[in-house]
Amino acid sequence: MRCAGIDLGSRTIEVVIVEDGQLVASRQAETGFEPVKQAENLLAGEHCDYLLATGYGRHLFETTHGADSQTVTEIKAVAAGCRALLPDVDVILDIGGQDSKVIALNPEGRVRKFEMNDRCAAGTGKFLELTAMSLGFPLDRFGQEALKARKDIQINSMCAVFAESEVTSMVGRGENRLDIAFGLHRSIANRAVSMLKRFSLSGATIGFVGGVAWNPCVCRLLEEQLKTTVLVPENPQMVGAYGAALIASEL
Amino acid sequence: MTVDYQPMWQELGLDLQAHDDLLQGLGTAYQDIFLSQKNRPRGMAYLDFVMREVHGLRIKELLDAKKTGRKVIGAFCVFVPEEIVLAADAILVGLCTGADFAMEEVEKILPRNTCSLIKSAFGFKLSRVCPYLEAADMVVGENTCDGKKKSYEQLLELIPNLYVMDLPQQKTEDGRHLLRQEYRRFLQVMEELSGVEITVDRLRRGIELTNNKRWALQRLTRLRAANPVPISGLDVLLINQVAFYDDPQRFTESINKLCDELEERIQQKIGAFPADTPKIMLSGCPMAVPNWKLPSLIERSGAVVVGEESCVGERGWRNLTATAGNTVDELLNAIVDRYFQVDCAVFTPNPDRERHVAEMCRDYQADGVIHYSLQFCQPYIIESMPMERRLNDQGSNFLRIETDYSQEDVGQLQTRIEAFIEIIS
Repeated sequence: MRCAGIDLGSRTIEVVIVEDGQLVASRQAETGFEPVKQAENLLAGEHCDYLLATGYGRHLFETTHGADSQTVTEIKAVAAGCRALLPDVDVILDIGGQDSKVIALNPEGRVRKFEMNDRCAAGTGKFLELTAMSLGFPLDRFGQEALKARKDIQINSMCAVFAESEVTSMVGRGENRLDIAFGLHRSIANRAVSMLKRFSLSGATIGFVGGVAWNPCVCRLLEEQLKTTVLVPENPQMVGAYGAALIASEL
Repeated sequence: MTVDYQPMWQELGLDLQAHDDLLQGLGTAYQDIFLSQKNRPRGMAYLDFVMREVHGLRIKELLDAKKTGRKVIGAFCVFVPEEIVLAADAILVGLCTGADFAMEEVEKILPRNTCSLIKSAFGFKLSRVCPYLEAADMVVGENTCDGKKKSYEQLLELIPNLYVMDLPQQKTEDGRHLLRQEYRRFLQVMEELSGVEITVDRLRRGIELTNNKRWALQRLTRLRAANPVPISGLDVLLINQVAFYDDPQRFTESINKLCDELEERIQQKIGAFPADTPKIMLSGCPMAVPNWKLPSLIERSGAVVVGEESCVGERGWRNLTATAGNTVDELLNAIVDRYFQVDCAVFTPNPDRERHVAEMCRDYQADGVIHYSLQFCQPYIIESMPMERRLNDQGSNFLRIETDYSQEDVGQLQTRIEAFIEIIS
């Protein structure tokens, strides 16, 4: 049986194809302004027995694809995908383009509880994107560059927009932009840690997924603060789509 | 034939254009949210009629009653004793506070970070779109939180007939004494305003009428524990909302009739939703008309709401007032005893509410509890955290939601609610 999972996120769309439980293909594209069309492009030429959509665009996709598709929340999809890739994980941190969540699993791998950020882009990929831009770093180099910092600067604003003005005043004060970059990463990590600490973490194995899990500086700061290893799957952005494909296989 | 209510609204001083927009929006929302539901009980036709006439026939009734000398009292809270209002031959109506209106005007008077419920009350007044507010001879405010307490100081500028009632914050003898004093003062004010002397018989009649309404609502609630659930949570929310402004006697009769029908439906296993649909209980802040956002998201996501621990819900009517007493004073004490049991988050500490939520969760066999707080409503937001710990400890699923009357977070809320339903299914 061939099944597809499709994750229509705020910044990117991922498609994962699974055949008899084995991953056979995965693709990714920017979401853009026509997510359904992008999704269709990614699925072009594929014949699947089941298709399951997740992510913020899941219902739009369901509406346009009618009976051919069902939906699952990104919370359940990420849980399923992460458990399959990292079987020991008890608590998952997922930081995507627009939101961040923590998902706690029970021993069977089902979602036990979750927390999600509220409304604004505090502590999300969008925060890193905006602040990288204001400091003149390309987003995909932001983490590596920040790791070169020599000083720990405190950034107080969690709001992406206010952080930008805080950055501006620091630049004006003559602070080094690598140090500021590090401070920005620390503020994301602090936020994630405080969200994680709402769950009992003693002895827990923590998995980190979503686009921000690519960022080496955030990963390192998380590990330092949590005093434990944080597991990141090979392709952290595909986890939701992979989970959706696995759930589709069981329909 | 449709009646033209424009002259009546004009006479009340409503802003006709803004009011038309409101009614149109309300009509569309009602169509989308309520009339599109499947398998509704026939008895809901009455509620549909009441809603259609919410600013029409009901207002005409109030104005007709005013012509015969009866007074109309507007209120925001379940602590305003309907027993006393009815004993003075007056009519109690709940006021509109469930939608954002004229926010830019409101924010000239109130800080932006004020809860939607308070801002909405101001918005309805400033934009002159609430006929209940305009028809009221007296509006009763009550000190249930710092936000309300302080904003009533400002509201007095807009509503000169505002009467503010103090409330105790502790369930001690001193607290009970304060409530008794306040209710005695209210009784006197009602006598002065209405020119009716509140006698033992009148007060007992007021208690009976109010109790009958509460009985009908209690009966309705018990029927919701059936599987399949005979009525949607949205429809019951509407009933709870209408309970605040419809004529109490007529309302009671209609709800009892609806309950007869629901009993038949239960026997025939007819549900508003399929059997074994996940059941959710709501707890927290009140939801005044037309605040239907959260229950409608829940029921569209494949679960059914089976209980509301809220002022627009069980907190408002689960306790009855004793009718025993041979003097006005004794009956007044019975009223105080009844209202003193209300487990509003104004009280500190407030263990009764936690106990009650846990008990409702068990009685209605809910699969999970969603706690609803309005943003910036500290009393309920703060209580939601120990509540979550307690319910988790007893093995119940619990989800905390903080929101307002806007639609901007609907996508986020939907994800949370769907994920919660995935957990409890």
